[in-house]
Amino acid sequence: MKNKGLAVPYVAWLAIFVVAPLILVLIYAFHDGSRFTLDNFRVMGTYAAVFGRSFLLAAIATLICILIGYPVAWFLAREGAGMRRIATILIMLPMWMNFLLRTYSWMSILENTGLLNTLFQKIGLISLVNGIFGTNYTYFSMINTQGAIVLGMVYNYLPFMILPIFTVIEKIDPRLIEAAQDLGANSAVVFRKLIFPLSVPGILSGVTMVFVPSVATFAISRLLGGGMVTLLGDLIEAQFLGGAYNPYLGSAISLVMMVIVLVCMAVMNRFGEGEEEAMLL
Amino acid sequence: MKKNNFGNRLFLGLIFLFLYAPIFVLIVFSFNATKSRTIWGGFSLQWYVRLFQDSAILSALQTTLLVSVLASLIAMVAGTAAAIGFAAMKRRSRHMLMSVNNIPLTNADIVTGVSLSLLFMLAINAFNSSLGSAMNITLAKGFGTMLIAHVTFDIPYVILSVMPRLRQLDPHIYEAAQDLGARGFYAFRKVILPDLMPGIINGTIIAFTMSVDDFVISYFTAGNKVSTLAMEVYSMARRRISPEINAISTLLFVAVLAMLIIVNLRQARQDSAARHQRAALTPKR
Repeated sequence: MKNKGLAVPYVAWLAIFVVAPLILVLIYAFHDGSRFTLDNFRVMGTYAAVFGRSFLLAAIATLICILIGYPVAWFLAREGAGMRRIATILIMLPMWMNFLLRTYSWMSILENTGLLNTLFQKIGLISLVNGIFGTNYTYFSMINTQGAIVLGMVYNYLPFMILPIFTVIEKIDPRLIEAAQDLGANSAVVFRKLIFPLSVPGILSGVTMVFVPSVATFAISRLLGGGMVTLLGDLIEAQFLGGAYNPYLGSAISLVMMVIVLVCMAVMNRFGEGEEEAMLL
Repeated sequence: MKKNNFGNRLFLGLIFLFLYAPIFVLIVFSFNATKSRTIWGGFSLQWYVRLFQDSAILSALQTTLLVSVLASLIAMVAGTAAAIGFAAMKRRSRHMLMSVNNIPLTNADIVTGVSLSLLFMLAINAFNSSLGSAMNITLAKGFGTMLIAHVTFDIPYVILSVMPRLRQLDPHIYEAAQDLGARGFYAFRKVILPDLMPGIINGTIIAFTMSVDDFVISYFTAGNKVSTLAMEVYSMARRRISPEINAISTLLFVAVLAMLIIVNLRQARQDSAARHQRAALTPKR
């Protein structure tokens, strides 16, 4: 059974298809096709707004995912075994349908003549708002806004927040909770002193799994933002496959994005570790 | 823990409504009689009929399934072998390799896609300008490069789900099998593999899911000759998306749902059979 040789093909594969491509990105970022240069980073200032917008929207989406996902995970963990199992399957099931298909469906819901606006009209919400504010809406514009993009991110990545938190809470030893209750803690105290601190690792891994793909998305912004809102993903895509072909600049943008994400994650994990230590004291 | 009250259940219900509303809309409008994706014009099956005459969508579906099946099967074998190799290594080198293994999982999809597309571009250019021009072969990005990319991001999932199984394994079982005369691979197949099987299957299913769900990495590595279903939807989104897409999504969803129900019913039956067996084996007092 002790056969290290079995790993050799995969180690070679990792070197060629994981490490080498990243090194290429690194080289391209400092190159312009003929010589090594820092020019790609000098023009980065032009894109500061795109960087800011991408990180801001991703942060908002992540925050909303925590605010929705945590209670979902917490309530689910309190259900019986059968219910928990069905719920986990129901949360994962949408992922089997490609995320582009689901995002495309949001277009029909959010459009100006879409299903939500039709519904609002039928129940008289739009005329109510017009009556109160003296406005003259025939529809609420929801699609092609930054809000729609955040909604798309929350919709697509919410399961990645719920599942890790749920797994962590589910593993908490019920005897710990009983012990706390025996010692006189009410349910608010049990939650604040016991369950929440123990579920921090789940939140941290959920944050990573929501934040990273949100920062780098480009399909969601294209479909729900209608090309009006440029995010980092769109910018990178345009450098590689779009009209503005410039893989050198594209690599530089990818590199900067990667570094910022890594720094964010490192800071967050440091913060999270501090939390766990505080709990032990 | 306290049970959920009505308010909590209502909240859960609303979140599930949120998760399923777009899927429900997609399914309903696949039966629409008109081309509109927002106005209901009566029941019809025309989009299903047209779907089976639309060679672009059908070949995209075929590409999606083929790349996902092939990539997850290759990942199943390669990932299991790699995990066994990793487990035999010293702690330090294993840790280092595992962090490299995790790169495709934690990195943003677009970075994985872009970096692989750079590699493929350089490799293809180098080949075409040297050996290729001598042998009169011109390579291009296509199914092969996309398959390599899928295998690259699928293997880590298999490794991650086989590794814990390997750690639980009793190393003496394999030695015992050998003492009893079983040779290398035979002993592995009869003794080790059955223990690893749940992890291998689980990892392969996750890998397959990730391949089916992928759009970004395929988009950057497939070139412009082949396209997956997601790429087809993406290119349609610039013009107008045909309700045939709703029809094929509905079929896929129903297929997955049916498969999940079958798997879970079987699992439940096995669980209850195991319970009965245990109950029968426990001595009565």
